[in-house]
Amino acid sequence: MKLFKKLAASASALALLASGASAEISDGVVKIGLLTDMSGTYSDVAGPGTVTAAEMAIEEFGGTVAGAPIELVSADHQNKADIAANKARQWGDTENVDAFAELVTTSVAMAVFEVAKQQNKIALVSGAASSPLTNDACIPTGLHWTYNTRAMGVGTGSAVVAEGGDSWFFLTADYAFGESLQKDVSKVVEAAGGKVLGSVKHPFPASDFSSFMLQAQASGAKVIGLANAGGDTINAIKAAKEFGIVDAGQKIAGLLVFLSDVHALGLDTAQGLQMTVSFYWDMNDETREWSKRFFDKTGKMPTGIQAGTYSAVRHYLKAIEATGSDDTDIIVAKMREMPVEDMFAHNAVLRTDGRMVHDMYLAEVKSPAESSGPWDYLKIVRTIPGEEAFGPLSESTCPTK
Amino acid sequence: MLTDLLGFPPQVLFGQLLLGLINGAFYAVLSLGLAVIFGLLNIVNFAHGALYMLGAFATLGLTQYLGIGYWGALILAPVIVGAIGILAERVLLRRLAGIDHLYGLLLTFGMALVIEGVFVKIFGASGIPYAAPSQLQGGVNLGFMFLPWYRGWVVVASLAVCLATWYLFERTKIGAYLRAGTENPRLLQAFGVNVPLLTTLAYGYGVGLAAFAGVLAAPITQVNPMMGSNLIIVVFAVVVIGGMGSIMGAIITGMSMGVIEGLTKVFWPEASSTVIFLVMAIVLVLRPAGLFGKTA
Amino acid sequence: MKKTFGYLILLALALAAPFVVYPVLLMKLLCFALFASAFNLILGYGGLLSFGHAAFFGGAAYFTGHALKAWGLPTELGILAGTAGAGLLGLAIGLLAIRRQGIYFAMITLAMAQMAYFFFISAPFTGGENGLQGVPRGMALGMFDLSNDRTMYFFVLAICLGGFLLIARAVHSPFGQVLGAIRDNEDRARSLGYDIERYKLLAFVLSATLAGLAGATKTVVFQLASLSDAHWHMSGEVVLMTLLGGLGTIAGPAVGASIIIALQNYLASGPFAAWVPVVLGVIFVTCVLSFRRGVVGELRAFIRRSF
Repeated sequence: MKLFKKLAASASALALLASGASAEISDGVVKIGLLTDMSGTYSDVAGPGTVTAAEMAIEEFGGTVAGAPIELVSADHQNKADIAANKARQWGDTENVDAFAELVTTSVAMAVFEVAKQQNKIALVSGAASSPLTNDACIPTGLHWTYNTRAMGVGTGSAVVAEGGDSWFFLTADYAFGESLQKDVSKVVEAAGGKVLGSVKHPFPASDFSSFMLQAQASGAKVIGLANAGGDTINAIKAAKEFGIVDAGQKIAGLLVFLSDVHALGLDTAQGLQMTVSFYWDMNDETREWSKRFFDKTGKMPTGIQAGTYSAVRHYLKAIEATGSDDTDIIVAKMREMPVEDMFAHNAVLRTDGRMVHDMYLAEVKSPAESSGPWDYLKIVRTIPGEEAFGPLSESTCPTK
Repeated sequence: MLTDLLGFPPQVLFGQLLLGLINGAFYAVLSLGLAVIFGLLNIVNFAHGALYMLGAFATLGLTQYLGIGYWGALILAPVIVGAIGILAERVLLRRLAGIDHLYGLLLTFGMALVIEGVFVKIFGASGIPYAAPSQLQGGVNLGFMFLPWYRGWVVVASLAVCLATWYLFERTKIGAYLRAGTENPRLLQAFGVNVPLLTTLAYGYGVGLAAFAGVLAAPITQVNPMMGSNLIIVVFAVVVIGGMGSIMGAIITGMSMGVIEGLTKVFWPEASSTVIFLVMAIVLVLRPAGLFGKTA
Repeated sequence: MKKTFGYLILLALALAAPFVVYPVLLMKLLCFALFASAFNLILGYGGLLSFGHAAFFGGAAYFTGHALKAWGLPTELGILAGTAGAGLLGLAIGLLAIRRQGIYFAMITLAMAQMAYFFFISAPFTGGENGLQGVPRGMALGMFDLSNDRTMYFFVLAICLGGFLLIARAVHSPFGQVLGAIRDNEDRARSLGYDIERYKLLAFVLSATLAGLAGATKTVVFQLASLSDAHWHMSGEVVLMTLLGGLGTIAGPAVGASIIIALQNYLASGPFAAWVPVVLGVIFVTCVLSFRRGVVGELRAFIRRSF
């Protein structure tokens, strides 16, 4: 099979060389290396689904671009940054991979950034969340596609304040990520005239949040902001429901909640929760059509990270199509020049700090009565313009912007 | 307020004490299971966390696929998981008899990796919700806090099981055999008692206790393939603190560690995940055999 | 004579390897081989099962990363700083753990390492889940540019060879003999007048320090330090490597580490990508049940039987 592929690749490369059409596609093949978490914590939000999403983008091009075949290789980084760095380095050094894709969890993305910088390759980040990827830790060829912590936290934070939730108490995961999320959201809350009454730092990961929830309740704040993620957020929301905190009138704002978290919580517990999403399958005909195809392949509706992987790979291939080259600098320039236009993002731009700026959406979790069945979880409340969600370029601390 | 204690109103502290006791109940049941297994097999069951998780998944499965509700699962899940444990003891652990006990730890560690890995593969990593039984929905306002009925039930149920276990071991004939088996298995065998059977049953019982804790936990935390993997390390520390020699010791240590952890969540929340390890370090310095251990 | 010849061949292979095999993968192999050998010192030769060695490996990775990145120390000093840090951590944990034996020893080291893990998550200098990234490789001895993978490889090879030699030396020294005696019969060793606590502690600290050396070197190779190196899964992995290769053999841990690392690397991009933890678990169970001497141990037994 592999041999056949190689033969096919070299045959087509030969044919092209003869016609002279793709003299600029290095070694006659466009190769994308996708690194994701296939078996761990993030395998639901990212994982095998991102491979399917990337394949769907490649299929749209019929498997070839600028006359050269497109090849996708994927690997499980097992959430270990060194495995990811090793794999990426090896792909770049010995297997002529042109771009790295997906890269869920920030430690992995940052490690691959280092490799991409040294090898001058493109990194299409979808799954990693940290804002520093397009700030202090940015690289010229690192493109952060789907979302970041600022967009998620700020989107939800400002929406909740606008609805009168003007006093806040934070439950913050006690590590760098939690603190920066709390800081970002506090700024927005205070700028909108709200007040932060206090916070409690909980260890990460924590399983029982009842104690922290009671402390939050005692603060009397109108809103309890959850500056944490994943299992911590899920457990905190469960505890809030169990201890009657929501019924007593306090509002829970999850600052980094994903569709899969809602799925895990169940609508009964999660209903009414507000969250910021980069994508929801049931937004319009385009997203529904794409998601339906995705669902037929995987049995699950796509998450934002998966849809974002599709969009990033597609835009990358578009740039190759337009320039007939796979040279990193030419492609990055072209990707910035062309607006991102697909079912995931409309008229979105790729900034010089690597940030792909597109609209985000404020969504509310439906009640069980409103939901018509599995995966019918959210209603979109508001569109958050890209600039508002991600902040202006002038705020970016990326040194090479 | 006049009665503020170190800046915290007493009702906050009462609430936290109660919550600590609830978490302590889990520690107690789990460390009790470890102690029972250790007593007869002389191994530390690293798979305890994975079997606790199996208990929760069994509850979920019984409810979703067989329509047996929470109350049925409360009995059935420990029995099913206990049976799996018995099978594992017969097929795997039995083959380690007579060699260094450390191999038992390593074997059960491998078992835990396999069980958890398979469950992550099948059910994903984010977990599945499980609702508390309808009889225990809601809660009661105690004045100083809102106590969900379910959490109250957890304390009552686990205390009852702990005390029943204590009674079984300290006050019945089977218990006398079990204790004799711990002290001198060969002599007991000479008296005509089937010690290998006793060992198998003890493992099954210990595993059943882990599964019981899993059933209790299902409505509180997510039913998640990794739910036991960090918990088990804390329970190990609890076991080191208490010493594995005594049933009552395991119960008391478990409960009190829950309370200490609960108070830490108020006074120094960042340290609440490490406080039990700190206590362990202090106990090791002052009383290496553990609070209830016999000095070797 | 024969032995020396064998070692020379091995050395020649090690020197030639980076021109055939991908050097970064080789460096990773070397680091883990050293880590497992250091671990073997305490388990194979001391008979003490530590379930907390990730704390030393991962801890040294953080210390070195911080020393190189934030303080700008030269590479060698950075590695030394990390190694020394791991040694101190080993001393602290060792002092507590040697107070109990057997299974308790395992549980105590596990618990203390978990405590260290929580510290590493929340400490400001580790970057939490993001890890410590972009650690500079720097120059070796101020003149060899380590950003070249092959140069880096020879640097790592030198460090690891030094580590292996030290371990071999320790094992065959009177200290190693006493350690073996304690492992086989603690009471007898005590009655012979040895202060067994001191021997155990010394072995533990030495093992922790060398595990730290491995972690520190790995940080320089990959230019990052991350939480997964300090997680208890890593403690389990190093037990597996040592067990698989052969407890209490000089070459065993290196062989075991090579197998596990190669397996992880190979499985990562195959159809079994999602099954890595399960595969490791199955190997674990198989080793304990029917392969307790490990690859090298079985090989040695086979050679003894046949010749």
